[in-house]
Amino acid sequence: MITITARRATAVGAVLLLAGLTGCADDKPAASDDGTGPVAVKASDSECSLSRRDVKSGTSTFSVSNGGSKVTEFYVYAEGDRVMGEVENIGPGLKRDLIVELPTGKYQAVCKPGMIGDGIRGDLTVTGEAAAQIDEDAVLKEATESYQRYVNSQAVALEQKTTEFVTAVKAGDVAKAKELFPISRTYWERIEPVAESFGDLDPKIDARVNDVEPGTEWTGYHRIEQALWEKNTTAGMAKYADLLLVDVKTVVAKAKVVKLNPLQLANGAKELLDEVATGKITGEEDRYSHTDLWDFQANVQGSQAAIQALRPALQKRDPALVTTLDTNFKTVYASLDKFRAGDGFKPYLPTDAERKELGRVVDALAEPVSKVAGVIAKK
Amino acid sequence: MTDQRGFSRRGLLGAAGAAVATGVAGYAAHSVLAGEESQAADTTGPVEFHGTHQAGIVTPAQDRLHFATFDVTATKREDVIALLKEWTAAAALMTAGRDIGQYGAVNGPGEAPPEDTGEAVGLPPARLTLTIGFGPTFFNRFGLKDKRPAALVDLPHFIGDNLDPNRSGGDIAVQACSDDPQVAVHAIRNLARIGFGTTVVRYSQLGFGRTSSTSKAQTTPRNLFGFKDGTNNLKLEDTAKLEQQLWVQPEDGPDWMVGGSYLVSRRIRMTIETWDRTSLSEQELIVGRGKGTGAPLGKADEFDPIDFEAKNADGELKVAKEAHIRLAHPQFNKGAELLRRGYNFVDGSDGLGRLDAGLFFLAYQRDPRKQFIPIQNQLARSDVMNEYIRHVGSGIFACPAGVKPGSYWGEKLFS
Repeated sequence: MITITARRATAVGAVLLLAGLTGCADDKPAASDDGTGPVAVKASDSECSLSRRDVKSGTSTFSVSNGGSKVTEFYVYAEGDRVMGEVENIGPGLKRDLIVELPTGKYQAVCKPGMIGDGIRGDLTVTGEAAAQIDEDAVLKEATESYQRYVNSQAVALEQKTTEFVTAVKAGDVAKAKELFPISRTYWERIEPVAESFGDLDPKIDARVNDVEPGTEWTGYHRIEQALWEKNTTAGMAKYADLLLVDVKTVVAKAKVVKLNPLQLANGAKELLDEVATGKITGEEDRYSHTDLWDFQANVQGSQAAIQALRPALQKRDPALVTTLDTNFKTVYASLDKFRAGDGFKPYLPTDAERKELGRVVDALAEPVSKVAGVIAKK
Repeated sequence: MTDQRGFSRRGLLGAAGAAVATGVAGYAAHSVLAGEESQAADTTGPVEFHGTHQAGIVTPAQDRLHFATFDVTATKREDVIALLKEWTAAAALMTAGRDIGQYGAVNGPGEAPPEDTGEAVGLPPARLTLTIGFGPTFFNRFGLKDKRPAALVDLPHFIGDNLDPNRSGGDIAVQACSDDPQVAVHAIRNLARIGFGTTVVRYSQLGFGRTSSTSKAQTTPRNLFGFKDGTNNLKLEDTAKLEQQLWVQPEDGPDWMVGGSYLVSRRIRMTIETWDRTSLSEQELIVGRGKGTGAPLGKADEFDPIDFEAKNADGELKVAKEAHIRLAHPQFNKGAELLRRGYNFVDGSDGLGRLDAGLFFLAYQRDPRKQFIPIQNQLARSDVMNEYIRHVGSGIFACPAGVKPGSYWGEKLFS
């Protein structure tokens, strides 16, 4: 049972209650929908069907069953992929509920088999009484609450996936550990600026070998990464696996109650792209596994989540910037797509031209992202 | 070309191109020029090569740098000594604004390549200084094992170091500083040429703008973060402090280093692109100074004393706990100071569509074990600026005292 503390948002706020793993997917046809109960979502590797695509404003429940062979995610996006609610990490054969409060408007319901890419998308219309006009402060308050919901969902998945990774390491299952390494890091990298704000936890979890002070023990993901890829073993790693999980759990507990302001969102979005620009494009981050592009994508996704949370405020103040941001996020994803392999990425061993191309698109995105803070700060 | 034969560097500069038919261009006295050019003496005149201390340390920092390190390929002690003698003679000539060799750049026999490479012909001495230092690896050979100073340690690994061996180390370092970039380049080029067969250039670094002032008469320049740098630097005028912090004292030993100083070089890459996307207030918080005035946060003027205790209305320290100026300040480093003499560089681009830019950090000190190393350990651990910089090259060198006329670089070391 997973429970995330519900936060009561503003009048138009979406409230997400992630209510649990309710066992195996049932086979009831999606058609048996009477228009009032939960919306049944049948997700597979190739489809994302909803029992209805018209709901009333207020609280809606989506029961997502994964009948496919890949782990999937389900999102409700407002314009520009602003996350209204999401449920992560739904394994094959599992069913999970998303409870979300949706004001009147047009949305998209999206399944992401394999947890990558744009996903399989369809429209979702919410009808009912139009929401009252809300003031600027409320828009910004909703932005931070929306992003905090995102941090929460990522933190929960981070703990789950790191637990699975640690379990594989301790069981001596090298292949499984290698498979889970980039996946668990995805959730870490999406919310890294938040994690970084908790002082020395970041170096303990994520230090590269040259980041370690002489006399201090090197711990965390990359320590285990080195053993897995350089030596193809988990020998001696149980201790570091245990430590990693303890540290991750501490981060997760803190992330769940972190209070952010809109400027922190804007700066976090910028910092995530700085991470990409300085650590990922160079291939320094995952120098043994060459899974840098997983981290790269996760940083960009995390940055986008923060920007999209601010979107209603940005749209009002600087619509041209929103258009530029949308375009440039798309360009980055398109460049990343060239490196896809299956549900993940090819090992990151780029040619000089490929590296330069990635640098170019990230810089082109980071520059407008860096302008968001100034726009948000303006009264 | 031929119409320039017989013109010394001085001749071209001086009497409107009139031939100075000494035939020994290199030996033409240059002090006359300094007098003639007195209006521009600040940037064109010569700096005395000989002295108690090597020039180029407390000399008011010139605007340009060409720094190079050399590996010694010779195996015989006498070959190294011969090279050092030849370098010293050339250095004395070049710093005086003269061509090197007997005939210089354009007065020699037509059948021979010119002794001096010639690109400084017509240029003033431009305050050229040449400063030599010996790296730890130099002492492994030539019977010098026992001469290695205890203070010339191998630098430890600092957190975040990402050093390129091809931009680090070196048996011998030569720092050429001048107010004219071509004069500095000319000096290193000619020393490298003299060294063929004895030494090989390990790496070289150009710096186009000083990032420190080493005299109270100089204004504080800006680094590539756009901030004034070196406000609290050790300066020429702080004579008592220089003895305490800069020059090796008789009690420090070894004898051959007394009056000398230890140089630490660090090639610090700045990720200026990500820095430029950082808000003004965050930039100022990171540095601890206002970007415009250079004043410590909470103060009005650049040279106002820093108040490390002052808090703003929210109860937060005005100069943050992890601000650069706090962590680097002597008050938080057991009083340790450095004489910084760094330069801005932009070495083309990095293949990612970004400028390969940064600060070539040069710092002189009496004992790196008590100065650079503890300061850098503290910065590497906590400085919030680290997100925007990366140390990619490193070196440490023992720079002996100044050369007396008739002596040569390192004579005491070899005696």
